Amino acid sequence: MIGSAHRLLYPLIGFAVIIVLWQGYVDVAHVSKIVLPSPMDILHASWQRSDLLVRETVPTMLESLYGFALAIVIGIPLAVCVVSSRVLNLTMYPILIATQSVPKVAVAPIILVWFGLGMQSKLAIAFLVAFFPIVVDTATGLQATPPGLLELARSLRASRWQTFWKVQFPAAMPFIFSGAKVAVTLAVIGAVIGEFVGSINGLGNLLLSANSQLDGPLAWAALVWLSALGIALFLGVVLAERLLMPWAEAGHH
Amino acid sequence: MQQTQPTERRLIDVAPAFGHFKDVRQEYRLPSRADLVAIENISFDLRAGSLVSLLGPSGCGKTTFLKIVGGLIRASSGIIQINGEDVHGPHADFGMAFQQPNLMPWRSVLKNVLFPMELRGDTGTRVTRRARDLLELVGLEGFEDHYPAQLSGGMQQRVALCRALVHEPKLLLMDEPFGALDELTRMEMQDLLLNIRVKTNATIVFVTHSIAEAAYLSDVIVVFSKRPAVIADYIDVSLPYPRTAEIRYSVEFTELEHHAGRALGITR
Repeated sequence: MIGSAHRLLYPLIGFAVIIVLWQGYVDVAHVSKIVLPSPMDILHASWQRSDLLVRETVPTMLESLYGFALAIVIGIPLAVCVVSSRVLNLTMYPILIATQSVPKVAVAPIILVWFGLGMQSKLAIAFLVAFFPIVVDTATGLQATPPGLLELARSLRASRWQTFWKVQFPAAMPFIFSGAKVAVTLAVIGAVIGEFVGSINGLGNLLLSANSQLDGPLAWAALVWLSALGIALFLGVVLAERLLMPWAEAGHH
Repeated sequence: MQQTQPTERRLIDVAPAFGHFKDVRQEYRLPSRADLVAIENISFDLRAGSLVSLLGPSGCGKTTFLKIVGGLIRASSGIIQINGEDVHGPHADFGMAFQQPNLMPWRSVLKNVLFPMELRGDTGTRVTRRARDLLELVGLEGFEDHYPAQLSGGMQQRVALCRALVHEPKLLLMDEPFGALDELTRMEMQDLLLNIRVKTNATIVFVTHSIAEAAYLSDVIVVFSKRPAVIADYIDVSLPYPRTAEIRYSVEFTELEHHAGRALGITR
């Protein structure tokens, strides 16, 4: 069995190898910083410009988080509606699928027209991309209740309300969290798409402007910070999952 | 298929019985073929406080009959009465244990046991005390705060048993509850059930496809035939109480198994 130390060690080794190869290639081949800065250049830029990077991370983070939160607040109740009523299911599912097949990047300019260059337009796009996995996974989870538990509830004459809150919803929790994990990373992507299309701040904005000024190291530093933001938000959801579902860990003792 | 016993013997004519089943029939409508008859002409009475096994081959409809008695399935026709009342649906005085423990992984052992009482809005100290006593009775004291995933299959089934008993049901319906357990755990659980039975006084209907299990546990064995299931035999078990492991090796026990085997068409 692979221990938890190894689970951390192996990816770190793999990561270190890539960094070393990258650094070696840039040094040996004398690649221009504009085309591909070396890991040291990126680290240097991250350090030197950390004030700027932190300042630009805040709006991107807030856009992602608010968009994600809105997706949860609207997505979960919507999933409940979809699974609890046949009429709503038939009405809404095709619409959901249709909205999902519209490319979000293509919608972004329109949303910008509606909400302007500020935070709201980014929040709206982050919401749009994060929303779908939450609805689908929650709906799947609510329909995947083990039949034995439903029969038990029936034999104990549980009301529909009790069956939902005490059986179906808790049984769907692992599904909801797997949807949320996908959604939170998508929310960051949504926020950056919004910033690319038109914005006054944010890491996406910084990346674009650094790129146009041929400041390769800063553009890459913005990229690294964006990835770090995505990972941090993902880990936040994992942490919430552990806190809210302690039983999921219980089987691994 | 031999049908040795006359119907009259199955019906008790003295005083009203606890459970009364007459000509129970269940059929399923199938789109393609003719209607499938699952069970037919099931008639027998249930003495209060008795333990009755429904013994039959897999898929013969004994589980269907159990669910009809429990009100989970509506019979196509026939009379199903418990305590003099027609069964229209699950009743507050019924407890059910299934082949799978069906525990909720997000609830602790104690909260799983308390689930039926929670649905009734009654989780006071008296009820919690009763739940803890039941857990102690099945040897699970100290595991109250564990999650089901931390327990073995046998322990989970014990928790399910406590949950089936926590509301003090008059009728306990058990659907092959020990079927998924290994042989030794299974024998342990059988002794536990006999023990619980003495303490609770519940009437128990127990579905099984194990001849030895039916013989060891029951006052009465109702043998179901292959589908469409009819009653192949109704066996009054005369083995003495308390039942202990030694009884499994007695002549009477072997004869009883042989009798049930004949009714099932396994032995001659």
